[in-house]
Amino acid sequence: MNNAQMQNAREFLSLLSSGSGVSGYEVSIASLVRERFIMLTDEVYSDTFGNVYALKKGKSLSCKKIMLAAHIDEIGLIVNTIDPRGFLHFTSIGGVDQRTLLSQEVLIHGRQVIPGIIGALPPHLLKNDDSDQAVKMEDLAIDVGLSPAKINEVIQVGDIITLKRETYPLLNNVMAGKSFDDRAGVVVMMVCLEELSRLQHTHDVIAVATTQEEVGVRGARTSAYTLNPDLAVAIDVTHASTPDTKGQVTIELGKGPAVAFGPNIHPAIFRHFSETAQEHRLSIQIEPIPGASRTDAWAIQVSQAGIPTGLISLPLRYMHTSVETLDMQDVLDTGKLLARFISSLPDDLEGFLCY
Amino acid sequence: MLLKCLSELNGTSGAESLVRNFLRQQIEPFVETITIDKIGNLIATKNRRLSGPKVMITAHMDEVALMVTDITSDGYLKFRPVGGIDARILVSKPVRINESLVGVIGAKAIHLQKRRERQKALPIDQLYIDIGAKSKEEASSKVKLGDYAYFMTKFEPFGEGLYKGKAFDDRVGCAILAELLQRDYDFPLVAAFTVQEEVGLRGAKVAAYHLAPDFAIVIEGTVAADVSDRDEEGWVTELGKGPACSLMDKTTLYSPKLIKWVTDLAQQQGIPLQFRRGTSGGNDAGPIHVSKAGIPTIVLSVPCRYIHSLASIISEKDYAACLNLVDELLKDLPRMLGVSSIDKEENV
Repeated sequence: MNNAQMQNAREFLSLLSSGSGVSGYEVSIASLVRERFIMLTDEVYSDTFGNVYALKKGKSLSCKKIMLAAHIDEIGLIVNTIDPRGFLHFTSIGGVDQRTLLSQEVLIHGRQVIPGIIGALPPHLLKNDDSDQAVKMEDLAIDVGLSPAKINEVIQVGDIITLKRETYPLLNNVMAGKSFDDRAGVVVMMVCLEELSRLQHTHDVIAVATTQEEVGVRGARTSAYTLNPDLAVAIDVTHASTPDTKGQVTIELGKGPAVAFGPNIHPAIFRHFSETAQEHRLSIQIEPIPGASRTDAWAIQVSQAGIPTGLISLPLRYMHTSVETLDMQDVLDTGKLLARFISSLPDDLEGFLCY
Repeated sequence: MLLKCLSELNGTSGAESLVRNFLRQQIEPFVETITIDKIGNLIATKNRRLSGPKVMITAHMDEVALMVTDITSDGYLKFRPVGGIDARILVSKPVRINESLVGVIGAKAIHLQKRRERQKALPIDQLYIDIGAKSKEEASSKVKLGDYAYFMTKFEPFGEGLYKGKAFDDRVGCAILAELLQRDYDFPLVAAFTVQEEVGLRGAKVAAYHLAPDFAIVIEGTVAADVSDRDEEGWVTELGKGPACSLMDKTTLYSPKLIKWVTDLAQQQGIPLQFRRGTSGGNDAGPIHVSKAGIPTIVLSVPCRYIHSLASIISEKDYAACLNLVDELLKDLPRMLGVSSIDKEENV
């Protein structure tokens, strides 16, 4: 059972991760989510903003609405000039680290999908002082190996570029790949919905795959307005510690979801997560966030007349690189915790709707 | 496809056995003898009993890669490059270790960097490979110090008439040499698939000494920097303009008479040819041409963009033209050596 669930979660993450869906261009990822969520819920629909909603009805007719949110967009690049020799220059959509791009294979989403390489000069030609400095994004260029005439037919300024990356299993249950931020959050919602099919839950659960998080949590804003839920939980990723983040990061990989606490979080939701984790012997890590969480939770909390909001995050190494690394056990445990959190909410949500 | 297999095999300097075993299998039906010498060069001969000049053709089997040099207390792998690698290409890339394990070279998330950090390159001693190990003990049970990590790039057709892959330097040479061995020439031929080129042209030095050929041809993959907004004088070679004939590099001054022979023949046969218009780098010709009393040596290279990186690009046409040109040179070689005044002394 656990193995099948693990396998299932790995496969769904690989499927979502290797797809392309830069902010504003999430359509193909959205359809992957719809296909999967239709099997787990009562109704799936989309809105004009590209958000995907999957409704799983609660057992009570007079129930409340619980919103889950995980974003499906990824950071990426966009063609801004094509030089006379046919090399593409680009800028970023979302926070891309220019230092991760040299010698990277990419896909240009033009009239057709064209493979390209962000070229790197060989060490033979570098001057001594070159190698201390990062190559600036404006000095990088993509080689597609096509003549300028052919490029004219298939690529134009404004075309979206994604990084080409498969997912890889590392040791234990660790996986590496791109766009785990936040498609792993979508996998958490899938695990949660699976678990809820075996648990009783009073309330309607609407799992929302949101768009345009990376450019300013916009899909969460429009979907929270549309749903106007009684309670919401955003699922995102958070930095996990690595040798170069000592003193900066305390959350660790493989030690369970990070449950956020702070002004963005309704204290009763934080408390209920902690109690649920304790009751079911699921380990959690506490993530104090003193202000903006920079996640969907930030937009949802102030939607309409205000929505009690929580945030649980998957520990993730190397965020916003193409080798984001996480522990699949954390993904499963987060989904399980979330399901138990939902199924143990009181019928009237007493204590969650006020302070 | 020979080149696809060779490109995707892993074999860095001092650890060429997968490439060597594969090549041995490929050439076995076409050669008289196959031996492996004391440093690991794969040596094959044809027409040993014929009289005439002994011709050696070489291509090196090794590629640049990373060597694991330490395992940290929390189970990450520290590494050093084997051969020339710009550390800046390594950030955010996957690597394969011991054929079965995958690791990633991550870096601190952009959110956690100070503005200043984003402009600075990460030096190699700050990088590490994450294999998902939970402890030093677990990492040590899977990886030993001295193990190698390789790029994982797939060989694929690319753009218009191009190929993309890793290790084209010098698996293109290995592929061409293996193809040449399927053909017949009427003089003694010895093929040396050499080791350790990337760390100082070491295999070729040994091979040239003990094989003592009368003439040597080195087949290489070389720099093509005909990219983006780089000025033409810095291109070195250009993709799609045929193989490159070397004139001078860090290790060799090539004989003008031999260069003339190559250019004349290419012209006669209508084979595109370009000069290698740069002097950086060196190759196996260095130790070969000064071996013993000196050996006349030429180098022909397939131009590669982004050499020594994860993904280089070559032109299908350049590959074919290089094969074709070396074939024509070999056919003409007895005539050239017979009539030409070139001898070993003159080339020293």
